[in-house]
Formats: sequence, structure tokens, C-alpha cells
Amino acid sequence: MTFLERHPGEVALITLQHVELVAIALLAACAIALPLGIVVARSRRAGPIVLAALNVVYTIPSLALLALLVPVFGIGTLTALIALTAYALMILVRNVAAGLRGVPFALTDAARGLGMSSRQTLWRVELPLAFPVMLGGMRLATITLIALATLASWINAGGLGTLIIYGLQHDDPSRALVGSAIAALLAIGADFGFRRLERLVRS
Amino acid sequence: MAEKTSNGAGIRLRDVAVRYPNSDRDAVAGVDLDVPAGALVVLLGPSGCGKSTLLRTINRLVTPLRGSIELDGIDVTQTDAQTLRRGIGYVIQAVGLFPHMTIAQNVAIVPQLLGWPPNEISARVDELLGLVRLEPARYRERLPRELSGGEQQRVGVARALAARPRVLLMDEPFGAVDAIVRLALQEETRRIHAALGTTIVFVTHDVDEALRLADRIVVMKDGRIEQVDTPLRALAKPATPYVAELLDAHDAIRRLGLMRARDAMVPLDGRESIARVEPDTPLRDVLSMLLEGADVVTVADGRGIVGSVSFNDIRAALTATER
Repeated sequence: MTFLERHPGEVALITLQHVELVAIALLAACAIALPLGIVVARSRRAGPIVLAALNVVYTIPSLALLALLVPVFGIGTLTALIALTAYALMILVRNVAAGLRGVPFALTDAARGLGMSSRQTLWRVELPLAFPVMLGGMRLATITLIALATLASWINAGGLGTLIIYGLQHDDPSRALVGSAIAALLAIGADFGFRRLERLVRS
Repeated sequence: MAEKTSNGAGIRLRDVAVRYPNSDRDAVAGVDLDVPAGALVVLLGPSGCGKSTLLRTINRLVTPLRGSIELDGIDVTQTDAQTLRRGIGYVIQAVGLFPHMTIAQNVAIVPQLLGWPPNEISARVDELLGLVRLEPARYRERLPRELSGGEQQRVGVARALAARPRVLLMDEPFGAVDAIVRLALQEETRRIHAALGTTIVFVTHDVDEALRLADRIVVMKDGRIEQVDTPLRALAKPATPYVAELLDAHDAIRRLGLMRARDAMVPLDGRESIARVEPDTPLRDVLSMLLEGADVVTVADGRGIVGSVSFNDIRAALTATER
């Protein structure tokens, strides 16, 4: 770990960059996934189409997706963010839809019977009850993105991949090891944090 | 009770038919029904007979294929669905409480949707919890899962009554609680009905529950009404073999459970016995005393002896119901 001792500032900066990539992509994905998830849960016709489209994106190997996006968006952070967001979408949309579908009919029936509009039913009953499942999706998406974001450095978007790729290419295993270890720690930390949050909202 | 206003609305159904998508027969097949204002009407029948569906047409949770539904002479389709539902209480099985809201929040839903001021809502929540005999201070801030099934169901009733509806729809509300609690809840339902005068339409497949609760019983089969009558009349003169079988109408003892000592009593005739009952005592209990050895049972109210019942008097009263 001599590398870490010699360059603590640089490692901190790269880690921060990595976290930033993941956080921004996750937020963007959440914002898009919520309405899409609602559509998937509600619409018999549009739902399967949305899921199929997301599935296609999800099955493209991550490096290949980056390669496909570069001609359109160029190299750099934006392209990396788009790719990461696209991957997270599949996981999040599925969980939003699963959470909404898991709300018992009796509860939506009661909500309607009491005179709630479908929007009120959604915001006051369905989404709050689906939230724990949605959090589970966010946990999974975050862990996936932490791993995937190590590829961002291929297109010059920074992150922990910088250390890993440089280390591999220049026969500097300690550098690659530091990058991998930090990524792993981030993932474990995120998993732990989200699990605690899930327990909190379920109780 | 301060709320006693007998403010129930009358309900009038004409030729109501419902067919669900992907079904080749009508769930409700052209039903006419009049529910008088302030009545407690029970829709009774096996699952799949259309009773729940019929109930749900009243608050427009189900849209009929044809026919008309009027509340106090106003067609329900004339009112915006949400406004209509906020004016009609709706109680379903215990699961209908929202698990992420406290008891107070659950009860407050309709007044909140109607935009009542917060202090009024809060006072109303306390009043309603009192009405269903749950101490407000103890229950307000609890979550539904911290309550027993019977308590949850009381909250369900309180929630449905929150905005002083003129009609209360109850869809197998006590199906998920055990027999003893169910008896207590039925008692509460009758008490609340008597106190508020709200029109209640109650759906059940439990014959005893229907007989115990109903002013008028509506027996349904295959989406049609077989008979509308008082419980006693339905037992004494079932309109069809199906009704007779469903109600077990040949069981005279069952009928006696619905009759009172005063129905068979011979006024002051000098016969007297140490076996005493009140005029409101079910005849079934009187019969039991006679079977245990009394030749005659004396009926007495607060002021003194008013008459007596013998075995023959009971038989005569039973025969009279069949006329």
C-alpha cells in the first residue's frame, strides 16, 4: 500500500470522483425510474414495452455500451453518467413496479372507496407502502453502479478505474489493488447503509 | 347520543346489471331493490352470488352495465365519483386500514380529503374513537398492526363514519375476526345504527350474522334477488326452496331466536311461576326454561308481571308467523 501512503490526496480525489459518478447517475435514474415504474405497474400495454427496452440496454455488455455511446456523446463524464444511469434504470424500474404491485388490493380499494383520487391513492398509499421495496432496488443499483463506474476511466471520466487501469497497464499492482479495495469498501458500505435504512422504514 | 338525527339516505336500485370483463354471465343480473332511509339491510348469499358487486355499484367502485342507482332520488352518476364516495362510509375486512398511518390518521382521512380544519378533525377523531369504544388517548398514535383484529375493525367503522355519511356500506367487515369478537362487533353495529340513524347496507355470507343484524334481509343467488323480507318472515315463509335451504328455515328453534317473549305471551291470566323473563327475552331462551321443567314462564317488566308463556303459547306464536 505504499502508493496510498505516497499519494493520499490523489486517492481521496479519485474516490470522491467515483462517488460523484455513482451518486449523480443514481439520482438521475431514480428520477426517471419513478414515473417509468408507475407506468410498468399500471399499464398492461406500455409496461411490457418499457421493460423490454430497458432489458435490451441491460443485456449490452457495459464496455460495449460505452463504446456505442462515445460516437454520440464523445468521451468524458457525461457519457459515463448516461451509461451508468441506463444500467441503474432497469433495476430501479423493476423494483418500483414490484413495490407498487405488492400493495394489497384491499388497501387501494379502501383508498378509492374513501374517495381518494388515483393521484391521492398513489402518493398517500401506494408509494409509501412500496418504499421499502424501492429502497431495496436502490441498494442493488448503488452496488452495481459502484462496480460499473470503475469502467468510466476508459472514456476519460475518472473514478477508481483510473487507479486500476493504470496499475494493470504499468505493472503497478499496489495501485490497482488500492483502487479495487476502495471500490469494494464503498460497495460494502453502501450495502450496509441501505440495509439499515430499509430496516428503519420497515419498522 | 348527540348525533341522533336519523339522517340516513334512501337507496333505490332499478334493473342494475353488472358484467365483468372476460366473463360470459352477469355478476348482477337486473336487480331492483329499495333500501328505506335509516334501514339496516343485509345482502346475504354464497360467494359469487353478486352481493359484493351490487354493494360496490352504490359507491361507484363498480360501474353497472345498465340500470340506475339513486341516493335520495339523485342518480349516483350525477355526482363526481370522489365526492360521492366521500359522502358514503365504506368498511371492508380488517386489512383495509393503512398500515403506515396511525389510528388517528386513518380515521382522519375523509375529513382531511374534505378539507376540514385540523382542530375540528382532531376533535372528530376523539369523538369517533369514543363512539366505537376505543379510548382516544390510548389508541390515537398507535399503528394498526399494534391492535387486535376486533380493535382494527372498530377503527375501520370509525373511519367510515368520520364525515357523517348518510349511507354506510359494509362488505363482509367481520369475516376475519373470531366468533366472540364478531358477536361483540355485531352488537356495536346495531348500537351505532340505532344511535346515528345512518342507512347501512351490509354484505355477508354468514346466515346467523344476517339474521342477527338485519331489519331487512336480501337473499341473493346467481346475481338475482330471491327474497327481500324481515329475518323472521324470511325464515317463516321462504320465497323459494333455495332461501329455505340457505336459511335452514325448517329449524323452528332458529326462528324462536328472533322472537321475543312478548310475541307469545298471554297477558295476565293468573298463571304464575318462579321462572321469570322479561318481555324482550328471546323465545328460544323461554323454550329452554320450559324444557328444563317449568310448566309456564312468567313475563315481568320493571313494573310487575305482565303475562305468561307456556309451551302451547310458543307453538301458537310460531304458527302465526307462517300465516
